Amino acid sequence: MAVPSTIIYQYLRSKKKFPHVWCPGCGIGITMGALLRALADLEVDKNDVAMVAGIGCTGRMSVYCDFHTLHTTHGRALAFATGVKLAKPNMRVIAVSGDGDALAIGGNHFIHAARRNIDITLILVNNKTYGMTGGQYSPTTPSGKFGSTAPYGNVEYPFDVFELAKGAGANYFARGTVYHATLLQVLMKKALEKKGFSVVEVISNCHTLYGRLNREGSAVKMIEWMNENAVNVKVASKKTPEELEGKFLIGEMLNIDRPEYCERYEQLIERLGGKSKAQNEARSPQHEAVEQ
Amino acid sequence: MRKFIEGSMAVAEAVKLCRPHVISAYPITPQTHIVEHLSQMVADGEVNAQFINVESEFGAASVVLGASAAGGRAFSATTSQGLLLMGEVIFNIAGLRLPVVITVANRSISAPINIWNDHSDAMAIRDAGWIMLFAEDNQEAHDMHLQAYKIGETPEISLPVMINMDGFILTHAFEGVDVISQEEADSFLPPFKPAVHLDVKNPVTMGVLAEPQWYMEARCRMQEALYESRPVIKQAARDFKGKFGRWYGDVIDTYRIDGAETVFVAMGSLIGTLKDAVDDLRGKGEKVGLLKIRCFRPFPGQEIAEALKNTRRVAIMEKAFSLGASGILGDEIKAALYATPYRPEISTFFIGLGGRDIPKSSIVNVYNQVKAKQQNNVFVDLKTELVK
Repeated sequence: MAVPSTIIYQYLRSKKKFPHVWCPGCGIGITMGALLRALADLEVDKNDVAMVAGIGCTGRMSVYCDFHTLHTTHGRALAFATGVKLAKPNMRVIAVSGDGDALAIGGNHFIHAARRNIDITLILVNNKTYGMTGGQYSPTTPSGKFGSTAPYGNVEYPFDVFELAKGAGANYFARGTVYHATLLQVLMKKALEKKGFSVVEVISNCHTLYGRLNREGSAVKMIEWMNENAVNVKVASKKTPEELEGKFLIGEMLNIDRPEYCERYEQLIERLGGKSKAQNEARSPQHEAVEQ
Repeated sequence: MRKFIEGSMAVAEAVKLCRPHVISAYPITPQTHIVEHLSQMVADGEVNAQFINVESEFGAASVVLGASAAGGRAFSATTSQGLLLMGEVIFNIAGLRLPVVITVANRSISAPINIWNDHSDAMAIRDAGWIMLFAEDNQEAHDMHLQAYKIGETPEISLPVMINMDGFILTHAFEGVDVISQEEADSFLPPFKPAVHLDVKNPVTMGVLAEPQWYMEARCRMQEALYESRPVIKQAARDFKGKFGRWYGDVIDTYRIDGAETVFVAMGSLIGTLKDAVDDLRGKGEKVGLLKIRCFRPFPGQEIAEALKNTRRVAIMEKAFSLGASGILGDEIKAALYATPYRPEISTFFIGLGGRDIPKSSIVNVYNQVKAKQQNNVFVDLKTELVK
């Protein structure tokens, strides 16, 4: 019998902060597991990671993970993360947000983090609703679907997160689902290794609210739906438009190498003959005091 | 009709009666139920309004500003971080003299993150130029919405009104509420006739640049309008009593204050607990009374001073304070009394921050402390072992 892996325990506040608040069957746990396994694969020292989160169900991830964690105000994860990255360019900065957090109240920060192409990895859990406040429609709720503030169907159009990230200037975009947990881990690993702004959109299930309002069934049924309707980009080109009707793409959808913001900043300093951030970090007694 | 409903529903029912044209909000606990109920009412055609669940509170406040500028009656609801995020627009709505009504389900402010009740949110934007009313219970919250539009839309006032009700304690409490009928509501609150609005036939410019020659005058006019709103607020309360028979005070209210040597002062749902505590203490022969501040902005300094003139001791109990200074109500009440010959001994307390329960026993402790000696800015029920 297979023994569950305990490899992710090193990254969890398992004795301090559990049990968690997520509903039984919620996909955020699978997402967090995939992220932690990706970090374990990369043999990342947890002291080198800053996890920045906003408000919402996904934001709770920063409570359970044992990195440097910064739980911010709603929507601001990427803005706070930008500050962390500027102060500590060598730190691995991971932002975790839900669709409401990253694309509605924090939508502005999303496009500007992508435009700057700053080296932050955003894990964007898209469950198509505001889970924590009771299932209101969000910027990723498909048209016609129900929300607690759309009792007869949503009249707005959802964002295509891939097009948004690409259009705004991100270096990397991949989409996974909580059904494809192993693929998710692979995509996250690639995103973490990528210099520049990288986004992994995770299609997740909120069976408690969104699923109930839209009669999409239990957690298992919603996750099975992901399996039935996700098409990997690698095989999508071999399929006819009819075959792709109503399906959504998963896999790596964008992988380019536009120079990253912090590096460009360093280059500017170098060109003007100033001290680089690394030199400053080494020489500043103030900084050493903070380090200690 | 008397209904057993949640506080949020009591608000939604009242907003429906006010026949708003535009409702815009963003979900945030513990406000969300208010706009969820309203979105259902709009979707069912019970309210002939446009409802939009926007991308942030900043957007929600901006939408209601626009709707009001276009001559519509506009409503939003929020709390805590949402109110702070609205901040820039909150000041703008007041400066543009737009009679928007916003319900705030009062909640604490981060950090640390806390979703429970106190008054830190409302107090943080107290200088924005809004009329700020505090409801004691759900019936008052229901009734206050009709009064709020009536007050704010009075042409010479033309100011936004913020209705504050304690998050969870009121918004999530079910109780019997007399829901006003539409006919009665219509006879109390006439349709909105904006003093000025965006109209292609009669063009105006709103939000102009006011150079140093004009800015101070505009702010002075706002200050005057706020002071002038006091008689309008009082009249609205009297008119409401005349029509519906219910009375919660006008800008203030008093409870068993005659002959009281010690008077508690507070706002919001704490008033209910204090009334019970006053009854208990009176039953034991203690000479105590209560002053409720129903209207915090404009600040009813004269009315408060008058109510406290025969009192020996005052115990001010606040659910917020000005960090680095002291209690907000405390300072303002002291300032109001300074202009009079009355010099009661004033004690100030911070209570119930971040949703900490306020049992009657805590109030009795406060009373005993005040009776023993004057107290300054005491955190009630503080866990002293955690702040060493």
